[in-house]
Formats: sequence, structure tokens, C-alpha cells
Amino acid sequence: MCTTCGCDDKDNKTTFHLHLDHEHEHHDHDHEHTHDHFHPHHHGHDHNHHQSKTITVEKDILSKNQLLAERNRGYFEAKNILALNIISSPGSGKTTLLEKTIKALNHASVFVIEGDQQTSNDADRIEKAGAPAIQINTGNGCHLDAQMISTAYKKLEVAENSTLFIENIGNLVCPSLFDLGEQFRIVMMSVTEGDDKPAKYPTAFLYAQVCIINKIDLLPYVDFSMEKAKEYARVVNPKIRFFEISAKTLEGFDKWISWLKKPE
Amino acid sequence: MHELSIAMSILDIVKDYAEKENATEVTEIEIELGSLSGVVSESLVFALEMACKNTISEKAEIKIIEIKAEAKCKHCNQIFELENYFAPCPECKNSGYEVLRGKELQVKSLKIEQ
Repeated sequence: MCTTCGCDDKDNKTTFHLHLDHEHEHHDHDHEHTHDHFHPHHHGHDHNHHQSKTITVEKDILSKNQLLAERNRGYFEAKNILALNIISSPGSGKTTLLEKTIKALNHASVFVIEGDQQTSNDADRIEKAGAPAIQINTGNGCHLDAQMISTAYKKLEVAENSTLFIENIGNLVCPSLFDLGEQFRIVMMSVTEGDDKPAKYPTAFLYAQVCIINKIDLLPYVDFSMEKAKEYARVVNPKIRFFEISAKTLEGFDKWISWLKKPE
Repeated sequence: MHELSIAMSILDIVKDYAEKENATEVTEIEIELGSLSGVVSESLVFALEMACKNTISEKAEIKIIEIKAEAKCKHCNQIFELENYFAPCPECKNSGYEVLRGKELQVKSLKIEQ
């Protein structure tokens, strides 16, 4: 599947940077070329009998991604890997959440797939926090897809019986449509973004099982109604489970960590 | 702007079917698009027109069948058009419903030349 997102597509290649050891001269630059272009070749000379025909297709457009996602999910289940796909706007605190979570889990077997358009800054941060990480740079791509995850977890050599966090591209719109094969999807918002986030971006909340509301240490300084935010999210998704946390002060972190140890 | 990525997936499907049928040209691509699908019709058409260039679908007409979302009220069973996720039931004014349709994102049919 092509991951270009509207802009110039010439230099837009998805790259994977592996962060397994602690040296910084190991940036793999694997370029994924997934652009299949069909080139019809008209070599015939006597095609005078053109026939028009209507073909019924009725095929889901995302079915290829869905198929790959199911393959990923099967692999994760077989290896007892808990895969979590984290979606949020840029700057809501996904990487900080992961840094603190890795520490709280006491460096237990945790692996991270980091998605960003550019730079390996986030994977570097995760590596410092103590977990092996791989950075996917999508170029101009606005979301991760199941194929990228399949490539990434193989390169990362995710161990059996481990937890795999997938930090999606900071974007509440596009990643919502792409199943990666995760067992749980986590949508994250922070109190500085406003309590109407679920009303503005309902699709992101529709397919998530968990909603983390971050930066609650800033509640006294912002106009954010926790009840309103939850109400909006529940209209779209009545079963969604909330964790109110501050990844900075670790307030509310215990409940999140307990859930991670026994997610349901 | 995930529409270009969606457009490429559409062309993958079109290519598969066109090859199977030994098509020389695809003249029409019909797509079903639900109002809750998360895909913007205008952006998708724009992306498809770009992505179709130099392919078998270069001259294809893009037809979008827009499907309005429909929901069934959990309180009074009224079936109503769901304009957005936060609209209450027009009959009993309660919220809480089951979405019946509106999430479609499908290649419906193709017209080809053989």
C-alpha cells in the first residue's frame, strides 16, 4: 500500500531505523518500494472487436490491509505478544507515556515501534528509557499500516511473552482507519487539547477500547471538563475505558500499569 | 490526507480485476462511500484522478455512491438518518443507537473494455 499523502511523492520512502543496541551508527536505511503501478501494454493490432463489460466487485477497499492486520494479530497471539496501537494528536504525550511506562514495568520485556514522518528522536528516547525500539519514518505518510508493522516487528525481533507498543503517527484522523493487528487500540488526548476532542474526531474514539486522558496535573490551569470529555467519547463508543493520568507526575499511573499487566 | 493511500488501494483492486478479465481499459470505477467511513469524497476523487495517471484506469470515470448513515434508536427502535454521532433520536430525543449503515468503503463495480 502506498503511504504517500498528497504531497510530492518522489522522495517519500518509508524507512526503518533499528535501535537495538546502544551505538548510534546503525541506522538502517531500508527503502520500502511498495508502489505497484499497472502498465497496460497494448501490443495487439487487430482489436477491432472491443467489448464493454460491467464487473461486480463489491470488495472492501481496506481489505488488503485488514488481511495483513489479521496475519499480524495471529502472529502476536501465537507468540503471546501484547500489541497496543496508540493514537493521538501530536504533542499529547505518547512518547512520555511510553518512557514512564517502560520504567514502571521495570524494563520487563517491552518493545516499541515508533512512527513519525521524520527523525528518530522518539526511538532514541525509548531506547534511553530501556526498551528496544525501531523507528518507522513514513516520509509524508500520515499513518502506519499493517505492512509496515509486519516489516518492523520482524526487524525488531520482538520476543515471545512481551509487550509491544506501537506509537502511531501523531494524527487523530488517518491512523483511525488502519488496523495494524493490535489487540488493543488506545486513543490518547490531553487536557490542554480541549474536552471536545471526541466530538471533533469521533472515528479515533470509535475503534479504540481504551482512552487515556493525559496531563491531568494541568487541570487547574485549563478549561477542561473531564465529565464532558468522557460523555462525548461514550456517545461514540459506550464501552470505552478511561485512564486519567499525568505521565509527568505519575498521578493515576498505578491503574494504567495494573491494566497493562492484565488487560481486558 | 489518507485519501491518496485509499486511492492506491482502490487501484490495486481495480488492477486485480482488470487483469483477470483481460481488460484493455477501465472506463468506470464505482465506489460506495459511507458518510461515517472517514473518507472525504472530494479528496478521494482528487487523489484517484492523480493516481490513475499512466494506468489502465487513466480515462476511467469515477462514480461515488454516497451512503448516508442510518441508525436504530436503542430506546424506541426508530430508524433514522444519522447526521453525526452526537445527534439524538428525532423521535424520542434520547441518545444511544446502533449504526446500521454508513461505514461503507468499497469498490462496487467496474466498467471495462476487453
